[in-house]
Amino acid sequence: MFVDFLIVLMKAGVVIFALLNLAGLLTWAERKQSAIMQDRIGPNRANIGGITAFGLLHPLADGIKMIFKEDFIPQGANRVLHTLAPAAALFPALVVFAVIPFGDVLIIGGKEISLQVANLNVGIVYIFAIASLSVYGTMLAGWASNNNYSLLGGLRASSQMISYEVSMGLSVLGLLMIYESAQLNVIVQQQGELLFGFLPKWGIVLQPLAFLLFVTAALAENKRVPFDLPEGESEIIGYFVEYSSMKFGMFFLAEFVEIVVISGLVTTLFFGGWQFPYLQADGFHWPFALGVLHLPHGLVVLMQVGSFTLKVLLGCWILLIIRWTLPRFRYDQVMRLGWKMMLPLALVNLLVTAIVILLVT
Amino acid sequence: MEVFLFWIFAIVSVACGVMVVLHRNPMNSAIYLVVTMLCLAGLYILLMGAFIAVIQVLVYAGAVMVLMLFVIMMLNLREETLRREGRPAVWVFAGIIGFIVVLRLARLFPDAPADLAMAPDFGTIEAVGSQLFAQYMLPFELTSVLLLIAIIGAVILGKRTTP
Repeated sequence: MFVDFLIVLMKAGVVIFALLNLAGLLTWAERKQSAIMQDRIGPNRANIGGITAFGLLHPLADGIKMIFKEDFIPQGANRVLHTLAPAAALFPALVVFAVIPFGDVLIIGGKEISLQVANLNVGIVYIFAIASLSVYGTMLAGWASNNNYSLLGGLRASSQMISYEVSMGLSVLGLLMIYESAQLNVIVQQQGELLFGFLPKWGIVLQPLAFLLFVTAALAENKRVPFDLPEGESEIIGYFVEYSSMKFGMFFLAEFVEIVVISGLVTTLFFGGWQFPYLQADGFHWPFALGVLHLPHGLVVLMQVGSFTLKVLLGCWILLIIRWTLPRFRYDQVMRLGWKMMLPLALVNLLVTAIVILLVT
Repeated sequence: MEVFLFWIFAIVSVACGVMVVLHRNPMNSAIYLVVTMLCLAGLYILLMGAFIAVIQVLVYAGAVMVLMLFVIMMLNLREETLRREGRPAVWVFAGIIGFIVVLRLARLFPDAPADLAMAPDFGTIEAVGSQLFAQYMLPFELTSVLLLIAIIGAVILGKRTTP
């Protein structure tokens, strides 16, 4: 009983450690990648004793700078809510990863450890519930700053977020109908089966439209370009204009943690999670009945966790590239896209999926 | 372990519920209400209602309270605009009524049966869904009609009237 509790604690520790480190690394990757895409060098000055390490010390320098800056609360602002808002923004981003499985069962000395922090029966609905809590961070930040412009920015951001929550939820319902379960580990395991004998039943193969809708809606939830009008750095006053030092750092970190979370969700739902094509628990099962290649258990688990990590990293990289490729949407364009284009498309996707399932079975 | 969690959720939800009523700033009251909703969701999980707990967070804490916060922000309600109840007689009267209600409720508790036999998949999505769409189909459809009426009413009220 105590050992089980300790195992869950260790898994949660590993997940949070990986999340925070990856988010910090993504800040560096974004700046370097944007620099390479724009034919410049990017940050390369931060060094320890003359070793610059390609600018990898910049996230560390950013963190130290933010800790040492003056932390103030504007006059007349609501002190409790002003301090609570960054925490309310960071908490949902970290907690969503509790239900994402990053590997199959790991057997150590006769003890089965499933590589998922919490195996909830209501897995996907839990994700949407926690995502709907992330609106509070932006709303409280906009209100508690005692600044008219940041209030307007907060209202803009939160109305964008609640508009795209609807499309995000509806686009995943088609997947729920196909896999007949809301538990994420069941969904990932069913993505290992083969369609027509050689094609893995990944979510993107079965529901391509839902994949596009989900990625767009998740980008809008995260307020990333092209939907980053609420932030709109250097053009329009956003909701965190009155935040300095580590509180702004927490908003900043929450955005990058959400990028990792979006990539993890897309990987789990649409790209097979930890599934390596044709890799089962005891080795490779080649399609067209070509044979079986047996592999030891540790290597299989390592390949599965490695496959998950690689897919998440690829997803993060593509999300970073999107930022420096597309221009920003106007606010009315964002709202029109969410309500008039994506919501009907999600409903049509649901209808078509239901008809196809009815015809196939 | 469950008893420990129950006491934490119960005390925090009651304390935040009291603070919702007592606090002067309407924004802080709304945040206390959100915390109360989250504690209620925790209590639902302890009662094996996993689906209800998640729906509580998704609908109540995530949508209804966001709407209330929007209203408070749009109307720009401040402490000065809301007058506080002054006379002590009102407080004493309310306290006596509340105490009588609590006594009545507490008398019910020992009559609850101790061991209820539950189905093994109680509270899961499958169990709730199969009950909702088979036995309780009529209330489900009526609720959806009610929501449709609310949406139509909101659209009519929000439509711009041409002068």
